[in-house]
Amino acid sequence: MENALVSVPHNWYLLLSSLLFCIGVMGVLFRRNVIVILMCIELMLNSVNLLLVSFSAYAQNADGQVFVFFVMVVAAAEVAVGLALIVSIYRNVASTDIDSMKKLKW
Amino acid sequence: MNTIIYTSVLGFICMVAEILNLRKVIIPVAVIGLAAILALTITDWGTTVAHYNDMVRTDNFSVAFGSLAIIITGLVIALSSDYYKNEQNHISDYMAIIIFTLVGGLVLLSYSNMAMLFLGIEILSLSLYVMAGSRKYDTSSNEAGLKYFLMGSFASGFLLFGIALIYGVTGSFHLEAINTYLASATTVSPLFYLGVLMLLVAILFKVSAAPFHFWSPDVYEGSPALITALMATLVKVVMFGAFYRLFSTAFGNLGDYTNWLIALVAALTMVVGNLTALQQVNVKRLLAFSGIAHAGYLLLGILSISTDATSALFYYSAAYALATIAAFAVAIPVFQASGSELVSAFNGLGKRKPFMAAMLTMALLSLAGIPPFAGFLAKYYIFSEAMSNGFFALLLIAIVSSIIGVYYYFKLILAMYTEPTDEAVVVKFPWVYIVVASFCVLLSLILGLYPNPVIQLF
Repeated sequence: MENALVSVPHNWYLLLSSLLFCIGVMGVLFRRNVIVILMCIELMLNSVNLLLVSFSAYAQNADGQVFVFFVMVVAAAEVAVGLALIVSIYRNVASTDIDSMKKLKW
Repeated sequence: MNTIIYTSVLGFICMVAEILNLRKVIIPVAVIGLAAILALTITDWGTTVAHYNDMVRTDNFSVAFGSLAIIITGLVIALSSDYYKNEQNHISDYMAIIIFTLVGGLVLLSYSNMAMLFLGIEILSLSLYVMAGSRKYDTSSNEAGLKYFLMGSFASGFLLFGIALIYGVTGSFHLEAINTYLASATTVSPLFYLGVLMLLVAILFKVSAAPFHFWSPDVYEGSPALITALMATLVKVVMFGAFYRLFSTAFGNLGDYTNWLIALVAALTMVVGNLTALQQVNVKRLLAFSGIAHAGYLLLGILSISTDATSALFYYSAAYALATIAAFAVAIPVFQASGSELVSAFNGLGKRKPFMAAMLTMALLSLAGIPPFAGFLAKYYIFSEAMSNGFFALLLIAIVSSIIGVYYYFKLILAMYTEPTDEAVVVKFPWVYIVVASFCVLLSLILGLYPNPVIQLF
């Protein structure tokens, strides 16, 4: 299994995860629906996971893979808090569009 | 390490007290518990111990900043006894989450591994996302919570990507291992510098330095006032502690690469913070921009790592936090009584409540940096650190912007003493608020008159 991972040049993993990260960043900046933004943030975090695992496999060092577990746990907690906030907003304004939230002056 | 464990246990006690129907005692227990934890923390002074395979390390730095963080949280919890008197049903949740915020802060002050840096930031932030949005039926609180959450997790993404790149190049998450790698490597991959840049963006975001400050006025305005006080003081102090720890331990050999960038951000932060504060009519927004400006001055301390600016940074954090808590202790009852958070809500407070108006005046004078208060010497120490490191142009900007800053603090003071009073509004200050405000102002005065015990700590 490890050989399969290492048989691909390392730069490709780096490129792939950078690409995924950029897609996530673009999504956060340009999409208007809060749930889609939340998904884009998850994409950013998971691109980091991919990067960590590939670095870990190439360096023959388990630290990176352990770190991935931390990231996964925190990402789950973050989604729970984020969805709770979105639900409480939906109850008040009946919308999950980011543009419906401009009560506070920018 | 014991501090972190005991503080977490205190948080759990607050949650269990709800089940045992002991809501009335939660706040006294939390304050007494924090006082005991503070005493325990101080006994660790002078020892350096690594815990759990060197994930966490307690040293003088973590003891000093940790004690400050515990004092800040204790004061905010003391204020909450009156603030939440109509929300007794949720009191245990609120207290537990505030204490877990402190746990995140304590982790951030004693980490020696990137994993703990990440976990600390997340514990701190996740608790605050919930607290910022804790007024469920208030749309501006909802909006503040959501904005803080989206911006904060966006920044966490950058933090993680930065950590991953640094790990890829150096092969370790351990701060000292990274430092050793930097000292021994002949050529360092550009990926490493990209990683440091992304890490820097995320941390500057959390300390609300310009141009990453745009979230903070909105979040400060929309959040419940007590949580704004917590965010303005605890988060700023703790994040600067973490920032300093990161750059003094891991990136000590990186000076020239990051310094010009931080200097640029510091200059921008001071100018933007002070100039934008001039136009604010909402007191919470005013204090948010004042916090942004102070983040700019604190960045001077980060720039002076090579001459060990720990004591100047600590003194400045303490002076800023005490003055801000005193200001909020006076402002919260005024907000509640008048239902408005504008500067005009303070009109004539000097005649109606001369004592508390005097407390607010002294707190604002300390923030503006007027002697004999701690804020003046804090600015003096941090400016002289920057001077000895040769940041003359930056120092000029800092001095000019802090003179501009005096104007908007005086706007509030003038409203209290010269504007006609609105008789219809009766402000009542509960005794806890009077005690907390007097304590903070007194401490700030003592620190300003006898700075030596603090300034000679490190």
